[in-house]
Amino acid sequence: MEFVRREAPYLAPKADVATMMLHVLFALAPAVLAHVWYFGPGILFNLIIAAVFCIAGEALMLGARGRGRHIQTTLADYSALVTAALLALALPSLTPWWVTATGSLFAVVVAKHLYGGLGFNVFNPAMAGYVVILVTYPLDMNLWVAPRMGDIDYESLTIIQTFMYTLTGSYPDGLTFDAISRATPLDAVQSGLREMRTFAELRVNPMMGDFGGRGWEWIGNFTAIGGFWLLIKRVIRWQIPTGVFAGLLIPAGLMYLIDPGTHATPGFHLFSGATILCAFFIATDPVSAATSPKGRFVYAIGIGFLIYAIRRWGSYADGVAFAVLLMNMAAPAIDYVTRPHIVGHPRRGEKQ
Amino acid sequence: MSAPTYDLGKLHGGLRLEDHKSESTAHAIQRAPVPKHLVLPIAQHVGDAAQPIVGIGERVLKGQLIAEPDGTLGAPVHASSSGKVVAIEPWPVVRRYGAKAPCIVIECDGEDRAIERADTPPPYDTLPPDVLLTMILQGGIVGLGGAVFPTAQKLMQAVTCELTFLILNGVECEPYISCDDVLMREHAHRVLGGAQILMHALSLDIGYVVVESDKPEAIRRLADVLGELGDDRLVLKQVPTIYPSGGEDQLVQLVTNLEVPSGGLPTDVGCLVQNVGTAAAIHDWIIEHEPLVSRITTVTGDGIAQPMNVDVRLGTTVADIVNFAGGYTERAQQLIIGGPMTGKSVTTDEVPIVKATNCILVLSEPPVIGDERPCIRCGECAEVCPIQLLPQQLFWYACADAEGKLRRHGLTDCIECGCCDLVCPSHIPLTADFRKAKGRIRELADEKARAERARRRFEARNQRLDEERQQRDRDLAQQKETAKRAGPAAIAEILRRKQQKSDED
Repeated sequence: MEFVRREAPYLAPKADVATMMLHVLFALAPAVLAHVWYFGPGILFNLIIAAVFCIAGEALMLGARGRGRHIQTTLADYSALVTAALLALALPSLTPWWVTATGSLFAVVVAKHLYGGLGFNVFNPAMAGYVVILVTYPLDMNLWVAPRMGDIDYESLTIIQTFMYTLTGSYPDGLTFDAISRATPLDAVQSGLREMRTFAELRVNPMMGDFGGRGWEWIGNFTAIGGFWLLIKRVIRWQIPTGVFAGLLIPAGLMYLIDPGTHATPGFHLFSGATILCAFFIATDPVSAATSPKGRFVYAIGIGFLIYAIRRWGSYADGVAFAVLLMNMAAPAIDYVTRPHIVGHPRRGEKQ
Repeated sequence: MSAPTYDLGKLHGGLRLEDHKSESTAHAIQRAPVPKHLVLPIAQHVGDAAQPIVGIGERVLKGQLIAEPDGTLGAPVHASSSGKVVAIEPWPVVRRYGAKAPCIVIECDGEDRAIERADTPPPYDTLPPDVLLTMILQGGIVGLGGAVFPTAQKLMQAVTCELTFLILNGVECEPYISCDDVLMREHAHRVLGGAQILMHALSLDIGYVVVESDKPEAIRRLADVLGELGDDRLVLKQVPTIYPSGGEDQLVQLVTNLEVPSGGLPTDVGCLVQNVGTAAAIHDWIIEHEPLVSRITTVTGDGIAQPMNVDVRLGTTVADIVNFAGGYTERAQQLIIGGPMTGKSVTTDEVPIVKATNCILVLSEPPVIGDERPCIRCGECAEVCPIQLLPQQLFWYACADAEGKLRRHGLTDCIECGCCDLVCPSHIPLTADFRKAKGRIRELADEKARAERARRRFEARNQRLDEERQQRDRDLAQQKETAKRAGPAAIAEILRRKQQKSDED
């Protein structure tokens, strides 16, 4: 009898990339639903547009790179969809389609495929795409609508109006940018503090919610639900979320203790903006992060601290994208200095 | 009954695998019948192949020495049943993935007559350690956990070190394999008897008998026998069921919390590790005077009709044993000698059972695994690596053929346990890649050594030629000098003779 010849080990691997990516997509669902609830259906349009362009970009680049026969398997790893979802979650709910398209194409074509595709990209594609549109379309990126609250005098846009805006980029009849847009809590606090008002004063605004701003804090909570599920499913490990929170909250807490008047509370930093999304979903992109367990913790602390630094001293209201991209650059160096002790090798400071 | 203890050191990573052991442990150990032919490779151990000392046509008895060790590292081979030597020829073996190696083929007469030992040696505890070690060498005993390092040489190396612990390895962490489990269940006294001989030979006072927690029956039996023996030097230790805690260095770390230095041996940290099967073989040889001619082998997998543990004569072919175990099922497609994590896949069942064969695993069709995809650096491989390597980085450097980086990141410390393969979401055959990279590193080192040798030879030649030339120059100069000094006298002589001649004329 003739037998098949193979190489050890002979057991089947337990995990695969597509399942991991699907888990991430499922885990983002609560955040998307919360986003729809507070900021209207715009994110759904953005999601669809981002998905279409990310997938198209991926297929195009695979063709251009001569990997046409891998198109099916590569698209089936859902990594382009994860990039699309993360980008869509970072955008304001009212975003014209070409803005989303620019971000998506830059993310997939430049940040991902020009570096060699999945596994070889130095930068987090979604954040690279986001930063490009943040600097090229600053006005569009500032158009955040007010979160659904019921107790403020504010007309939310209807589905049709949202769809038309996404398609054409022109405001509905009789409305202007100023009529629709509201400052995000991060914006309000940053500019408020610079105008020498105290944080306590700024907090009174009902827009500020309990911790991180009405709507925002609940989107944060729902994002965290997905995040914890990923932790339980072992798609991500604890080092990065913990590191991001530690890197952000420790300086925020210290500064608030030193001078509560001119600094936001750590709670505000935690629940506002994209902190939680970053901790569980963005900084955890394994490809562009540091790779050893210790390295990941250091990497995440760096991201957390940079987020705080940009929010506190920078000119952008939120700093997640920049923080992530900066730490992406540092990842190889972090990996080098945080190599784990190999069993049987002399420990640091020990002579052989 | 003495209860097992649990205080343990730390081992990084590892995996909990589906054990698949109950299939083969359902029945007691079965004794396989004497086969028609025995095929005994002369290299069943690490080191130099043994030299046959029997001729074709010669009649041999069970337990008779048929090949003796040659070189510094080796072990003898004994006939495992009585019969006639019919050939000494190349035969497919496991160690070379089914390629051929020299074997002694015996046609059995079915009588299974054993050789009679002329003398009965005195009880082992009256013998000095060196005599005992020489006796162990003659028994053909090698490490039966799979490494097949000649036991006598391992012990001889160990007596030169400062030892603290004997660790008896009954962990058997790979799925499917259960030969050590059933050995401990049914022959605990042989295992512990062997341990006592080892303790005496090495004058050790602490012996740990280490068993994984998924073998409660074996632990109970060992504890019972330990109670009967009343030997308080031996301590039973239970370790959690995590693959690969049965690796020699891993077990030392788990039991003593000491790390075996890279490139070193457990004896460097005062430990000697022996497999429980080896201990039982030592007991059989020293007490019962039966050399290593049979072993317990697990025959299992979904390609086997009746999975079981078989006490089988070395040299029996896999085909014979599988027949004994009810034959193959229709699904049988892969034949693996050893476990599913580190075993060797062979294409033919003509290979014989040797001292290393702890398991015959016949599996159905290989699982459908998606194509190898790019590494996404998820780091799961680093989470499970028992050596705390970064397989994702090693893979990167292996692709780039960066020898220095591979060395610095500890490629040569990789034990090829296969854990990283199993958790890789990109289905990269990391272990196979590392095996290849290690081969390349070895090749590079060989090449370097060859180049270095060539360079030295070349320089030596140049120096020699140089010296010869200088010598020639010196000789020439001396000749000239002599000639110069001798010159006037010679001329005078010539002139004198000329003068003389002309005078005569």
